[in-house]
Formats: sequence, C-alpha cells, structure tokens
Amino acid sequence: MVNKMSEKKAEAEQPLIDAKGRRADGRKLDELRPIKLQVGNLSRADGSAYIEHGRNKIVAAVYGPRELHPRHLAQSDRVLLRVIYRMATFSVSDRKRPAPSRREHEISMVLRQALEPMLFLKMYPRAVIDVFIMVLEADGGSRCASVTAASLALADAGIPMRGLVAGVAAGKIDGKVVLDLSDIEDKIGDADVPLAMAPDRGEITLLQMDGKLTPAEFSEALRMGEEGIHQIQEMQRAVLLEKYAQIREKIGEDKDAPKEMEEKPEEEPKVTKKRIKRAKTEKKDAKPKTTKKSKSSKTKDEGSETKE
Amino acid sequence: MDVITEIEREQIISLLREGKRLDGRGFDDVRPVSVTQDRITKAEGSAEARLGKTRVLAGVKIQVGKPFPDTPDEGVVITSSELFPIASPTFELGPPGEQAIELARVVDRGIRHSNAISRSDLCIKAGAFVYLVLVDLYILADHGNLIDVASIAAVSALMKTKLPQVKITDEGEAEVLETTTSLKMGPPPLTVTFGKIGDSIFVDPNLAEERVLEARISIAIDGDDTIAAIQKWGATPFSRQEVTDCIERASKIVKKLRKQLPKG
Repeated sequence: MVNKMSEKKAEAEQPLIDAKGRRADGRKLDELRPIKLQVGNLSRADGSAYIEHGRNKIVAAVYGPRELHPRHLAQSDRVLLRVIYRMATFSVSDRKRPAPSRREHEISMVLRQALEPMLFLKMYPRAVIDVFIMVLEADGGSRCASVTAASLALADAGIPMRGLVAGVAAGKIDGKVVLDLSDIEDKIGDADVPLAMAPDRGEITLLQMDGKLTPAEFSEALRMGEEGIHQIQEMQRAVLLEKYAQIREKIGEDKDAPKEMEEKPEEEPKVTKKRIKRAKTEKKDAKPKTTKKSKSSKTKDEGSETKE
Repeated sequence: MDVITEIEREQIISLLREGKRLDGRGFDDVRPVSVTQDRITKAEGSAEARLGKTRVLAGVKIQVGKPFPDTPDEGVVITSSELFPIASPTFELGPPGEQAIELARVVDRGIRHSNAISRSDLCIKAGAFVYLVLVDLYILADHGNLIDVASIAAVSALMKTKLPQVKITDEGEAEVLETTTSLKMGPPPLTVTFGKIGDSIFVDPNLAEERVLEARISIAIDGDDTIAAIQKWGATPFSRQEVTDCIERASKIVKKLRKQLPKG
C-alpha cells in the first residue's frame, strides 16, 4: 500500500523566521495562535469544552463523579481520574489507524497527571471521574490544547478544583526561542517544550521536551510558556464567567419577567439593558473567586443576588 | 444500558396509541436537519450533520492502494464508526461493539450499493492502483437515530471530497501529486429509519423512543428512488404489509429530506 506523502517538501526548505523576525504564519516570536473556547458544547456530557487553538480542534467531555466499572479499579479513599486522549482518524494528514496508539496512551497518562493535582480526590471515594478528549483536527501542540479544554470541561461539570490548568508549548526554531509551535514548526524546528500550568498557583503539572536546548534557552522557553499560559487562563475564566452570566440572566428573567411584562409590556429593551449591566458588575465581583473555591463563591453570589 | 422511567415509557406508549408522539411530531416527521460541510481541513472531505440534537461528524481520508483481487478495476469505499464516550454516558471504551459495527455497516451498504459513486472512477491503474475512500464516523451527541444522521454526514462529506491526483512513474510506482480533483458523485443514497412500538411505526425515533423500541427498520433510498440497503433490527417481527408500507413512506420522506440537504 502506498500512502500519501506526509510532508510537503517545499515547506521544509522555507525559513521558519523571516528577516523581519516574523514567523511563517505572521506571528511574533512570543505570540500565541488565535484561540477560541466554548463550554457546554456536548449535550450529553456532564461537562464539556471545545477549543480551537490555531487549527487544532478538540472536544473534551467529563462524566462523573459516577459509579466505577470495573469495580476492582475502585480506590477506597479517593476518586479515580480516568483520562483518555484520542485522535480522529482524519485529524492528521495520513489517516491515523483507529486503534489507540502508543502515543495516545502516553499522552492520556501525562494529561491525567496534569489535571489530577487540581482535584480534591478524597471528596468522592470509590467513584470515577472520566475525561474523554477527542482531537478532531491536529495542528501541533494538541496535548497542550487538550489540557486547556479538559480543565474547562471539569469546571463546566461543576467539579470543585483548586485552580484551572492551561497548556501551551514553547520551543526553538531557526535558533530562536518561540511560543506556541505550529505543526510545521514542531516538525522541523529544533526543540519542543509542551507545558501545562496552574499559573495562579505557580505549579507546573505537565512538562515534556524533545530536541536540543541550552539551560538558558530552556529557562527562556519556560518563562515564555508561563506568560502564554497566563493569557490562556484569562480566556478560560472569561468563557466560564460568560456561561454563568447567561445562566444568571435566564434565572433572573424567569423570576421577574411576568411581573414586569404585566406592568410595562412596551419597555422590554430597557429592562434587558439593566439586566446586562447587573450581570456585568457581578462578573467583576466574582472574578477572583470562581476558579479557586467554587463552593464558597457560589454561596456568595447567591447572597448578593437576593440583596439586589 | 440506557434506562427510562416507567412513567415516561407508559406516556410514550399511550401517546402512540392515539397517533401522537412525546415531542409533538407526526409519525412521518423527521426532526430539523442541518449540515456543515468542510469542518476539518486535514480531511479530504468532512461534514457535521445534525438531526434534532443528534450530531455526527464524518471525515474522509484517501489512500492509494491495491484493488481487491475480484474487482481489479474498482476502487474501494469503506465506512467505519466509533462510539467514543464523548457522545453519550452509556458509550464505553474499547474496540467497536455490536452497535458501532451495525451503524457503520448499514451506512456502508447504503453507499456501496448506490449509484452515487462509480467505483470504476476510483481506479487509477487496473490491477495495480486504486483509490481507497475511507469514511470515518464520530458521534458527537447521541439523541437517537444515529443511523440516519450518520448516513447524512457520510454522504455530505463525500460530496466535498478531493482526490489527490496520482502519476504512474516509469518504474510503475504511484506518485501522489499535490493537485486534486473532486470526487464525482450523483444524487446520494439517504437512509430513513422507522421505529416500532406495538402497532405504531414512526420515522426518526428520538432517544426516549429508542429506549422503548421493540424493533426498527432502516431503508436506504438511492438517488433514482430505488432501494440500496435495508436493515431490520430487534427481536420483534414486521409483517410483509408493514415492510412495504415503510418503503413507500421512506421514499416520500427522502424526497422531502433531499431538499433540505446540500446539493454538492
């Protein structure tokens, strides 16, 4: 059987950084690719998230805490976190065989270990929390984007967490340390450092590397990666806050809509404006608390709502 | 195993006796359908289909390979599917089970025996090189009737599929070129599934109805209104009259459905 050529020869000969210091896709050395995040995108999962990171397209689903099968895997004092990373057969240039590969097994493991420190494992003894990650399209750095999505999906499922984890790779191309390697930069570059962190806790939860770097270059890659992760974390927070602002607006409408409708049926637009404003101010208040202690911040938000 | 409450089961059954359905549809009404093509740039063709809340993503990969010995001048089209647990809490990890294999094979037969794709068009050099068209189905959300949604996703992905051009070198090797041509495709086969509960037979069962289902029958209607594939499922029998009625109804439903789907 003859397979399609996996790499275009022409691409390999092009420089990865041009004379003006711009990368092949026009980015600066320390610039992230465009990132789009969604939560609650999978209707049958308990929690879910979708990420587009560059051309990576990844969905993550979370189930649980739920009963564990097979039973003998149960741990009497803590929950089992099961993480499965899989690639769709059409997510890469040459069709991936449907059975899980060695690479997918290893990535599943490092992803599990990247997420586990954020959970309160002893809250759910004998149960399981399942995280299923499907890469629909891969474009370099899919394991890092998977961490970002999986962590969001866990938060979307309402599972208490110490913090959110986000991931991005740093690396070296054409002799320079850069942030967020694209597919081609990863394949023909000099080094790749996949990284995931809980940035507000200063904790590195996933770290791998291949290629060649001096210790100084490696620290620079780490610094750049952390900076990128801070930016991604802001986007994660924003998308979660957006979700809860929408829920709040919905609940608010249900509660007082009939009253207002009866009194002033014509002034609907004004009412919506007011409501959006309220949602915005609450958003600000809630910001530092949502990720750290979801339980306490929830009760506080509810309290402020009744006050108003 | 999906469970359903006794009260919901009874409600579904008693509504059907009155000729009604839980979600208000008539017996020949399909849920709202939509298709997004070219979702995945690395696939040679792709489409996401939605029927109600059920979502299936189909991707096509092309390989150049050897033909089967009994059909040396024909290409190969193979459909496979995986029920990865992102789509439902009841899907489990592991190699494809009964449900995943049935799903892929029913969709596969519909496409394989239709006139939509001519397999001799997929021949590069008889006896030596042909195109292998590999359609993979991934379920994103299971809200019932995966077969029909998967069949819509598969044909919509095939409509957009690009074949890489191939040059036969002097040494007789196949060299895959950068340039592509579109896969030629006629009006596609579409599969319509009827569920059976008691004496009621209705199209496009949703998740709640599937949990009560005694039997179902899937019928693939080709572009020329002929039948390309049939699958009966479930340990409850159909009468001959019921089957011929279903075929008649399927043909009408497919005509309506075609108008709502992409043409190319």
